[in-house]
Formats: sequence, structure tokens, C-alpha cells
Amino acid sequence: MFKTVYNWIDERLDITPMWRDVADHEVPEHVNPAHHFSAFVYCFGGLTFFITVIQILSGMFLTMYYVPDIINAYYSVEYLQTKVAFGQIVRGMHHWGASLVIVMMFLHTLRVFFTGSYKAPREMNWVVGMLIFFIMLGLGFTGYLLPWDNKAYFATKVGMEIADTVPYIGPYVKELLQGGEIVGAQTLTRFFAIHVFFLPAALLAMLGAHFIMIRRQGISGPL
Amino acid sequence: MSHGHSPKEKVIYVGDSRVKKRVNPLLQPDYSAFPGKSEAFIPNFLLKEWMVGCVALVAFLVLTISEPAPLGYPADPNNTGFIPIPDWYFLFLYQFLKYPYASGSYVVFGTVLIPGIAFGALMLAPFLDTGKERRFYRRPIASSMMIVSLIAVVFLTKTAWNEYQHELKELNIIPEHIEREEKAREAAMEGKPTGQPKPNQEIALVDKDDPAMELMKKAGCLSCHGTDLKGGVGPSLRGLGDSLSQDDILKVLHEGPMKAQYEQALAAGVTEDEITSIAAWLAKQKSSTE
Repeated sequence: MFKTVYNWIDERLDITPMWRDVADHEVPEHVNPAHHFSAFVYCFGGLTFFITVIQILSGMFLTMYYVPDIINAYYSVEYLQTKVAFGQIVRGMHHWGASLVIVMMFLHTLRVFFTGSYKAPREMNWVVGMLIFFIMLGLGFTGYLLPWDNKAYFATKVGMEIADTVPYIGPYVKELLQGGEIVGAQTLTRFFAIHVFFLPAALLAMLGAHFIMIRRQGISGPL
Repeated sequence: MSHGHSPKEKVIYVGDSRVKKRVNPLLQPDYSAFPGKSEAFIPNFLLKEWMVGCVALVAFLVLTISEPAPLGYPADPNNTGFIPIPDWYFLFLYQFLKYPYASGSYVVFGTVLIPGIAFGALMLAPFLDTGKERRFYRRPIASSMMIVSLIAVVFLTKTAWNEYQHELKELNIIPEHIEREEKAREAAMEGKPTGQPKPNQEIALVDKDDPAMELMKKAGCLSCHGTDLKGGVGPSLRGLGDSLSQDDILKVLHEGPMKAQYEQALAAGVTEDEITSIAAWLAKQKSSTE
């Protein structure tokens, strides 16, 4: 039954090469922890992706309760945290996952750096990886404001003051992010939009590029 | 139909916009070139790899359950005593900006120049470190720069955290997320609501159609407390049950500040039983029904 359906689709759309590109490749011995335990350092990239998937899923569930306006934001988070079944777990996963994804990405970057894997022909993949790193930091910065408690508010205020010191463009960047003269209602909705739509879209595009490149070029050889 | 097509193909293209096959195919890495035991990604490798995922997930969930995500008090722009602190992965930048050569009139040095050079160099690393050598100990310049940066980042992060802790101790401040959690726990033990009071929040009436509402009108309560109990001359009675029980309310009426009004009500023909039922209904007025 399944096979008939698959063949029916494959006959029309030729889908076999698509999944073959993703699935059908070999894993060399030097990156496989089953053969050399020290190869666990090659797991960090995969774990970064794993936690990113957790972040996306838990974030999707958080938006079911979160209200991005200054009157309700804090209380919606408090409600989610204390009243909603498993709300504390879902918010906990998103909160700690944000830190873990930075840790994993940091370790992955160090592995790539110290094994010299960014060298020709993989320069572009390194640059895309760095862009992913910056997007993740942006997600961390914008997400920090969303609970709208004092810690969030004052950290963002300091962040805005730092942005303001950049010569020429600083004040414009600050006003664009803040949506006005102060950290307030506009800032919260802007940060929400950036955190939930703009940066994740950029992140998915960059991740796609990252994975296509690694499949094209294969993993770097043993040292 | 300018292109011919193979009779075996089901889809017939009008014109052919498909990407032409490369004459010189891109060289795909051939793992047979690597010595040792390569294995298929699906299913062989993935059937082992999922265990790493499981271990990571269990560790992650243990952390999540043992340490709930912190939450402080609602943002208050007029709060002047709050010590701002960014998330831990920004602490190194935050600390760097506290040094005199990276702040004040040199702030551009700290916010643009040094981070720009550091992150720019990191991003362009493959174009700066172009040698063929991959082992880190054969690339002393690149490796030592990375190691020095790492030490600097760790040092700055730790210094920032120590200073923050020191500041908290000196000013005798408990971080809000810890204070809130402790207060919520105490309130929960006493059976009081644990949430933060929401300013201007409309508290709904419980059992709106109860005859007590009519009795209160008869007793004259509503003339001061408002026809919707939101208050007028007297305070709002909505959510009264959060702080007072039925006995407390009766006490306020019998011997407390509302004694005169209570006696007026009796004079107006309200019975003691009716007063008791009013008190019972008011005690049910809780801001949240859990």
C-alpha cells in the first residue's frame, strides 16, 4: 500500500533523489564515536540542531499563551509558568535551551576551528555558520525582553544605550529597534516580531544553506 | 515542443528549463578514500546516534525540571534600584564596556572597534588563515589568537558575574526571580493567591445571580460600595474573599468599622440571617477561581 503510493508519487515527481541526497551517505570512521570515543566532539553540530528543533517546538507552544503587549505580557508568562499544565516545563525548555544552544554552538565552532575544517573548500560554510551564530545571539537578545519583567526591561535598556553609541548609524538603529524614544510598548511588539518571525526565517534559510553545503562537500577528512 | 523527450518519461515538458547535467561533475567526496570503517548514515549510524540524542535530552529535561525558568516582577520603568544584567553569554561584552579605555569618550573603542575586529576576524578566519595545514599545533598564530580570545572571554564573563554578585551582596538585594519564587511559595502555604496583582484588573463577581446582591441593595451597602461592587465612597468589594473569610467579614460588621452601617441595616429591616448570607457570599468573592 505504502509502496504503491510512493511509486505513484515518484513516477510523477521523481522524489527518490531528494531523500537520497539527505539520507544516503556514509559516515567515515574518524567522526564516529562508536569507533573512537574522542570523536564525540563531532556531535556538537548535530546537538546544536537538535536543541534548535526543541527551541522551535517549545517556542511554538509558548506563543499559544504569550501576549505581546506591555499590560499582559508579564501576566501571560506568569500564568503559563504557574497555572498551565506543563507550562513550566515548556518555558523551562525554551529558557534553558536558549543557553544550551549557545553552548553547543560554541563547542561546535571550536571543534571546526581547531580541526581546521573551515579551510578550502569549506570557507563559505564557515561564514554561513558565523552568520547563524549572530542570528542566535540576536534571538537571545530579543527573547530576553519578552517576559517583560525588570530584568528583561533594564537589560534591553542597556542594550539600547550600547547601540546608541555606534557612530552615525547608532541612533537610527536604536530608534528602529525601539520603535520610538523609549523602551516601551512598541519595543515589545517589535522584539516579538523579530524574535518570532524575522530571525527564525533567517535562521532556517541559513541552516538550509549550512546543511546543503555540508552535503555537497562532505565532512572534512581525518587530520 | 522544441525538445524531444524519451518515451519512458511520464511528464512531458514544453520547452526544457531543467538544469542541464554538468559536463564535469562536481567532485563528491568519496569515503572509500578514507581508511577505516565507514558506515551508512541511515540506518547504521543513526541507530547509534539517537542514543547521544537521548542522553542529551534526558540531561536537558532534568535541568528543566530541577531549575524552573526564572521570572521576576513586572517591568517598572520607575524602578531606580534595579541592577541591569544581561544574559550570561553577553556578560563578557558588558564587562568590557565597564573598563575606562572602553567607555566614556572611548566608548566607540569598546562597542564597535574591538568587537568589530574580533568578530570580523572570526568570520573571515578562512580567508586570513589560508595555509593548507589543519592541525591546530601547526597553526600557531591562528590557534594562539583563538586561545587568548577564549581566555579573555572566560575572564571577562567571570569578572562580570563576580562583580554582579558582589554588588547584590553590598546593596543587600535578593534577585527578584528568587524573591518572587519564595514569596509565591509562602503565599501558597497560607492558601493565598501566588500571582502578582495586576493593576486595574477587573475582578469578576462570583455567583453574580445570588440573592445576596439584592439583600445588599436592601441593606444599603451598594450606595457606598457601588452598584457593581467596584467601590464608590467605600472601597471595592470585588475579590474580598482573597483576604477575608466569612467570620472576618461578620466581625467587621458586628464590631469593626462597619458597625454603624450594620445597625442602620438592621433598622431598615434586614435580618441577622440575611447579613450572614451576605457575608457568606462576599467571602466567596475571590479574584481567581482555582
